[in-house]
Amino acid sequence: MRRQLPILVVFISGIFMAIQYFVPSEPAEFVQEYAMDWVIVIGVFAMGLGLWSLTKVNWIKVQRQTPGWGYNLVTILGMVFMLVVGLIWDPGLGFFPGEKSQVSGTWFMNFFWYIYLPIQTVMFSLLAFYIASAAYRAFRARTILASILLVTAIVIMLRLIPLGAVSGINQWLANWILIVPNMAAKRAIWMGVGLGMVAMALKIVLGIERSYMGRD
Amino acid sequence: MGFYEKLMSLDRRWVYLCVAIAVVLPFLLEEFGVPIFIPPYITPEVKSVYNFVEKLREDDVLFLAIDYDPMAKAELHPVARAVLKQCFKKNVKVIISALSQNGPGMAEQLISQTAKEYNKVDGVDYVYLGYKPFPALVIMGMSQNFKLFFPKDYYGTPLDSLPMMAKVRNIKDTKGVIDVAAGSVADMWINEGAGRYNYPLALAVTGVMAADYYPFLNSGQLFGLVSGMKGAAEYEYLMEKGGYMKKEEFDASRGMPIQMFAHIVVILFIIIGNVGYFMSRRKKS
Repeated sequence: MRRQLPILVVFISGIFMAIQYFVPSEPAEFVQEYAMDWVIVIGVFAMGLGLWSLTKVNWIKVQRQTPGWGYNLVTILGMVFMLVVGLIWDPGLGFFPGEKSQVSGTWFMNFFWYIYLPIQTVMFSLLAFYIASAAYRAFRARTILASILLVTAIVIMLRLIPLGAVSGINQWLANWILIVPNMAAKRAIWMGVGLGMVAMALKIVLGIERSYMGRD
Repeated sequence: MGFYEKLMSLDRRWVYLCVAIAVVLPFLLEEFGVPIFIPPYITPEVKSVYNFVEKLREDDVLFLAIDYDPMAKAELHPVARAVLKQCFKKNVKVIISALSQNGPGMAEQLISQTAKEYNKVDGVDYVYLGYKPFPALVIMGMSQNFKLFFPKDYYGTPLDSLPMMAKVRNIKDTKGVIDVAAGSVADMWINEGAGRYNYPLALAVTGVMAADYYPFLNSGQLFGLVSGMKGAAEYEYLMEKGGYMKKEEFDASRGMPIQMFAHIVVILFIIIGNVGYFMSRRKKS
């Protein structure tokens, strides 16, 4: 019974969700809305689990003072600080309803704008340096295929910058690359992925694939 | 080590230095009164998005999805701002969501600043829904009924009490969706939103993502595609031509010289590496 019941639930809900996708009627939408609420409820628990897991993993490292434990401490402190600040100032959950945490000028948003945002943008900007270095080392016309890759990369790169009079020709070439060979490859990959997903979904719905239940 | 071998194995710090100079130089040139502006080549996919908004009439409703984190701000903020400006100037009403978890605050600032610029009122001229987790579900939910996931707007006001929402129940009641996205949310809009509920959808994505979405453009699942900062610069150029924006307000176009210099440096290094490779091979043979 411990195994049959989950398989039965998955079978019924899987078949129903597949059918309702192709039957756009009011009852089907009602049940789908209901199912969405369930997913959100489960998701909220997953969020709590994530918070607990993050705290536990980092706290163990802080306690054992493993190399780099200072970073783990910063992670915990940062998380607790943002939670406290966000909860105190949040209009829905906060202790001071009426204040709005996610509008400019509040502590929460100041930390977002002046700490989080620069960190993220700097991390992303560093990519430019790494990509330049990697492109210099990797793009060598050693074989015909490598040469094709090299030329394609340059054409696509040039597409992203204004080139004045030459722009039109380069754009035409870049569009051809994107719309013909790129699209052919992408479609083939996506169709393969799609068929694989359908096969996997069928295996789960029919009870052939049971790894989601943990160890048998 | 000979000269050509050296060309092949330059210390990476030289590459970094050249990229840094290429990034800083346009700033300095602008500071010293030598701004670089090359009019962009307007691609049909960007023009299509512009024309779509252009054809909207007063009091029509457009759905703008701002689905990116601060790390994509430089590339995507300009196009989100440009679309908002165009709508506000044309008195088109806008419903906005932000389904990227680090984006809602950033989107709020953009919306409130732009609304202030055009004297637009929250709840009357625009509605900002904010963020909810599980984007695929939220997109499906909004396609059925906004109130499913957003009984209240970002500021805590019930949707029922907002005058703008009186005639709008779901996304199908709007004229279409423009999704400004960095990440997989764009796929969800195609699959779970426009694909299933059949409404017009256009994307504005980062430069590296654009290649992934050309098949959807070609199949007609997207009516337009704005790719990266270059696409945003094209949009701004069209906005200027249409009288919606002045050159001083340009954002992406100001970033284009930096992108151009950085790309040219990368291409130059690729050429240097290949010259070194071929010459050293010829020398050996």
